[in-house]
Amino acid sequence: MVNELVLDRVSVRFSLPGATVAAVNDVSLRIRPGECVALVGESGCGKTVLASALLGFLPGNAETAGRATLSSPSGAVDLLAASDHELATTIRSRRIGLIPQSPASHLTPVRTARAQLDEALRVHRSGQTADQLAGRAGLTPDDIDRYPHELSGGMAQRVANALALAGDPWLLIADEPTTGLDRHLVDGLIEEFRRMVDDHRAVLLITHDLAAAQRIADRVAVMYAGRIVELGPTRKVLDTPHHPYARGLRNALPDRDFTPIPGQPPLLTDLPPGCSFAPRCERAAPLCAERPFLTDDEHAAACHFPC
Amino acid sequence: MPLPVLTAENITAGYHHPVITDVTLTIHSGQTVGLAGPSGSGKSTLARVLSMLLKPFSGTVWLDDIPVTGFRHRAPRELRTRIGVLFQQPRLSVDPRMTLRAAIAEPLRTTRDHNRVDELAELVMLTPDLLGRRAHEVSDGQLQRACLARALALRPSFLICDEMTTMLDASTAAALVGVIRDYQAETGAGVLAISHDSVLLDHWADETVRLTS
Repeated sequence: MVNELVLDRVSVRFSLPGATVAAVNDVSLRIRPGECVALVGESGCGKTVLASALLGFLPGNAETAGRATLSSPSGAVDLLAASDHELATTIRSRRIGLIPQSPASHLTPVRTARAQLDEALRVHRSGQTADQLAGRAGLTPDDIDRYPHELSGGMAQRVANALALAGDPWLLIADEPTTGLDRHLVDGLIEEFRRMVDDHRAVLLITHDLAAAQRIADRVAVMYAGRIVELGPTRKVLDTPHHPYARGLRNALPDRDFTPIPGQPPLLTDLPPGCSFAPRCERAAPLCAERPFLTDDEHAAACHFPC
Repeated sequence: MPLPVLTAENITAGYHHPVITDVTLTIHSGQTVGLAGPSGSGKSTLARVLSMLLKPFSGTVWLDDIPVTGFRHRAPRELRTRIGVLFQQPRLSVDPRMTLRAAIAEPLRTTRDHNRVDELAELVMLTPDLLGRRAHEVSDGQLQRACLARALALRPSFLICDEMTTMLDASTAAALVGVIRDYQAETGAGVLAISHDSVLLDHWADETVRLTS
């Protein structure tokens, strides 16, 4: 069996007093080594919850449904059913690495980058040295002798990347890695991700920034109210979006129309039974009271009246 | 009466060490000035000086023909209330104990104009059910809408937007820029739009000033 992550109708619900939050709904997605998949959507659409579910970081009031099967030559495991011990000792940072949102605050401030890389390598019983690992992430031995506050944003990002690679995972989950970075740092990060993908790893990029996704990803999944509404090759999704939400999001970019999608996303505690985008959609018709399913094509959309 | 103008004249400012040196910038009424530059070039420092939150080492901030003499809590109220500010992280800008309604009403405490909150909420397209929630119960986009409503509450002549759209998806960013443009068209306010995203500034600002580090 080859390395692969297959999400099959993954759902995540949170129980609150008097309400249930349907944060992720029936998400199906397949990720293989050698590609970068971007999960795009506005804040609160369930992107980060999905990533937390895959890494076992959900809080106690969460309930999951569906399967997230992580296959490897040594066997397959359902991430949603795996015990915390199994996730901690065999999955996290060994098969799935996390690239955090804010690398500077992710690092321990009172220890040098080298000390933190050494620790990661020791835990993973890796034969590599910190210098080798840092070199792969584009850092010199001098760089990693510094403390986190002495690193620039770009260097801190590379240290975080190196830490994520210490256990040699094939899948990297990057949660909003480009937020607040300057253009040249984003360019650098894109190069790093390219290198990881060329190195036969996979990157799942979680972002609200369509422009960043456009520049990094091979495939884009557009998420709305906890569902994937469009999935396909990046160029196709952005050039000829099928779903009205994906089209609206693209047209909202400053170098397109710079106009917002009318209305507001629905409350995740009170999702409409049919298409959740219908109340904001100019193409909505009576049929939209029935839930549309994601088609099975290479460029798929969940819409009764695709553009 | 001449149209309002906000000027930073030969500003040198920073924290112990200067971050910006001898910077001059003028925002005219109705104008949108973009401010670009890499991290650490002093964009936010200049924003804080212009919004009277940071005292410069030297140089003068002028509002119309009045020099600003006090900064932070010493800023004269009649000058301070003429400038609205929006920050990058709405979560750090709102007291987590407040509902969105209370947060928007904060600058209105002395006026007790309760209808104004509803008017502002409508302006930024926040629905009444959202106004009763606290910061952790809404998304970044919804919270930034509340922060914009709060910044506009006292009808400022100038609005300083420091990386306002960085945390937002494209649609919410476009919506908030649209609200600000409408407000400018109505009141003739001047705007300083700070961003590292040059594509955004190309389409938002009338002219863009670039700081170098």
